[in-house]
Amino acid sequence: MKKIILPLCLIGGLLCGLTAMAGPEEDRLAMVEYYSDRFPDVPLQEFANGLYAFDTIAREQWIEMEDFPPYEIAIEDGQALFETPFANGKSYADCFENGGIGVKQNYPYFDTDAGEVVTLELAINHCREANGEEPLLYMIGALAEISAYMAYTSRGHEMAVKVPADKPGAVAAYAAGKQFYYTRRGQLNFACSSCHIQSAGLKLRADRLSTTLGQATHWPVYRSKWGEIGTLQKRFAECNSQVWAKPLEAQSVEYRNLEYFLSYISNGLELNGPGSRR
Amino acid sequence: MGKPIKIRAKIKGDFAEIKALMPHDMESGLRMNPATNQPYPAHYITDVVAELNGEVVMTAYWGQAVSKNPYVSFSIKGAVAGDTVTLRWNDNKGDSSEKEVVLK
Repeated sequence: MKKIILPLCLIGGLLCGLTAMAGPEEDRLAMVEYYSDRFPDVPLQEFANGLYAFDTIAREQWIEMEDFPPYEIAIEDGQALFETPFANGKSYADCFENGGIGVKQNYPYFDTDAGEVVTLELAINHCREANGEEPLLYMIGALAEISAYMAYTSRGHEMAVKVPADKPGAVAAYAAGKQFYYTRRGQLNFACSSCHIQSAGLKLRADRLSTTLGQATHWPVYRSKWGEIGTLQKRFAECNSQVWAKPLEAQSVEYRNLEYFLSYISNGLELNGPGSRR
Repeated sequence: MGKPIKIRAKIKGDFAEIKALMPHDMESGLRMNPATNQPYPAHYITDVVAELNGEVVMTAYWGQAVSKNPYVSFSIKGAVAGDTVTLRWNDNKGDSSEKEVVLK
């Protein structure tokens, strides 16, 4: 593995010097330092807006759209779904702390009993199955709408994902997610870092590439390309397809570990979902 | 009766800026259903009418090419506080939806 990672690390500079010894917090601080140096005029919280942090034309269009955002319908539909009780009389509020309101900043977390990363969307389906309901699809549709509503209630909360140093499972899951981010894949042989770390701010066809910092704060997203609201897990599959790699299943172990890593990196930034992108 | 139109109206100087989001499938009739190998039946807004105090000020002819849940924004010159703006769409299935807003 070191043979694959090392060249990327040398190009990426700061980020991988002490991979074996550095923990999540060191990674996060290195990211903050790297992007602050690269984009000195961008305030830290602005990275949560992705390409709009440095693409002025796209930003103007986005600001105007935010006046009457396309995800508004998804939030309303999501709220209706969230508040509708299950057949057994219980509801989503019974599965989450604080009734599921304003909790997204705590996800994903590592469930030590189950030995896996639990994302908000996985938790939503766990809740359904625990109450005798059929699970929903993970990329679009009803689950994305419920996620949109829960994200909306969590706006302004600072991302607060935990990777407890004394839980080897959590540490390993975070490390696996990080390794995925830096691993080249697909016929185009790109790693996530190739675009979002090395080439952040540069143009990829008509879009500018967003930074790793702030990537996880604004999900789920109404992507104009999709014409509907979609989850971060869907975007992972799409990004993998775009480098001509076989996309993995939404909420697969790899993608959940990846979301765990990405979310931790955005710790301290305010959640601003659901978002809209092109 | 179609899904309700979401409308926002703001007076800006000597005109009123109207923004509206219209939940609608906007099915073009060309998209294929992989399960049946038949196209999803066409279902789209054919025209949009805006009225100021009951008088038509804009008629827009839409069709298959407009995307799902269309957003429309336009300005009405000479609209003042207290005026009523009505926005209505009609679709190819004979369905319609109408929303009224009183300008402040």
